[in-house]
Amino acid sequence: MEHRVVVTGMGIWSCLGQTLDDVRDSLYNGKSGIIFSQERKDAGFRSALCANIPRPDLKPFISRNMRQFMPEEAQYAYMATRQALENARIDQDFIDANEVGIIYGNDSVAEATMNALDKFRQFKATSACGSGAIFQSMNSTVTMNLACLFKLRGINLTASGACASGSHSIGMASLLIRNGLQSCVVCGGAQEANMYSVASFDAIQAFSTREDAPTKACRPFDRDRDGLVPGGGAATVILESYEHAVKRGAPILAEIVSWGFSGNGDHISTPNVAGPARSLELCLLNGGIDIHQIGYINAHATSSHAGDGREALAIAKVFGDYKAPVTSTKSQTGHEMWMAGASEIIYSILMMKNGFIAGNINFENPDEDTACINVVPDTIEQHFDMFLSNSFGFGGTNSSLIVKNL
Amino acid sequence: MAREDIIAKVNEMLAEEFEVEQSTLLPDAKLKETLNLDSLSFVDLIALIQQTYDINIPVEDLPKVKTFNDLYDYIESRLK
Repeated sequence: MEHRVVVTGMGIWSCLGQTLDDVRDSLYNGKSGIIFSQERKDAGFRSALCANIPRPDLKPFISRNMRQFMPEEAQYAYMATRQALENARIDQDFIDANEVGIIYGNDSVAEATMNALDKFRQFKATSACGSGAIFQSMNSTVTMNLACLFKLRGINLTASGACASGSHSIGMASLLIRNGLQSCVVCGGAQEANMYSVASFDAIQAFSTREDAPTKACRPFDRDRDGLVPGGGAATVILESYEHAVKRGAPILAEIVSWGFSGNGDHISTPNVAGPARSLELCLLNGGIDIHQIGYINAHATSSHAGDGREALAIAKVFGDYKAPVTSTKSQTGHEMWMAGASEIIYSILMMKNGFIAGNINFENPDEDTACINVVPDTIEQHFDMFLSNSFGFGGTNSSLIVKNL
Repeated sequence: MAREDIIAKVNEMLAEEFEVEQSTLLPDAKLKETLNLDSLSFVDLIALIQQTYDINIPVEDLPKVKTFNDLYDYIESRLK
């Protein structure tokens, strides 16, 4: 028997806000979370643009010895998950009595690894790394920390799929629930936002250099885009089977209708059109969804020249003459990378529940590739009941999710 | 370095690192109980002492360091 998969809770720690209400308002008002960082410029960055994300204070919630195991991204993920569980009305008693799993997207632990090995090299003793280093510097640090802190006893797994990690985590969790292998899974994505995590990304000249106008720098689909802006934080969604959610009287926000995925089997950084198009097509096919049911497309578009153009062509290939409204919330947040696939599900659900589509800020002119889709430049009041969210990553990993209003 | 300087510095450092009141760090008190150390966080104590005094602490030396006094003694002996 297949189970329907529903979203019953959301939590976020983002440059657009650290509560769902603040994030909703930021989306509606077209707020940009992007700033210029003098620290990065002084350190030698080609582009010193980044998202502005506050560091949470975990002292009131977590003991010193447990905090030692948590790098920056695990701290963001903890705050987002606390909020999501509360939003889903799941308390510790419920977790203790039921098997709850976790699948979370994360694909780097650069600063934690660097700090530990710097100390090792400086003092020529492995003990100088400290007790937390091994747990902080594994890619699964978010899931290992959250599973221990929240006492989760179900599936415990990290999804590392580059910039599609968060989306893959939701897709995989939804499959487990759909097949009856899990009833409730915490999922999401986390992204470290320290400069060391993206220094090597800056090295390949992928970032916008529009440093004189930080809030204008990230401009997905716009003719004059010149690269992405790195962001970060964490986003958590609670997925449950519909029966499980109804049985415990949970708030049901939306339904994960289907997941589609594909690999490009092509270049390591330059995407193509065929791979993303197959991800979209599979997602529509898996859900039995007609393109005309999709009221909004949350694009992956990062503000990179090649990527945005090819995603636009992929959308046009699949959607043909039906010009569904398209925006990239990365125009406001920058590229939240491992987090993006999960945060963009939350951004889109907030829009869906509140009857608007947040404008793709800084979209002024299309180019010859992006002219084939309907990019919405300014926030519009619009009701829609189903959306498609795309996430693509290095190595040609593609993930698409269709989510329905309930 | 004078013993009182070692005590002052070590206590200040440990109180901050392990988030306890300095007033609880009594000479005969056990390190593990007072600082809430388990086998993992004890590594942090060793790392902190190594880095602060630039000394390498071999694992075989650890069993003899149980109280705060033991720790002050050990640091004093290694700095001579």
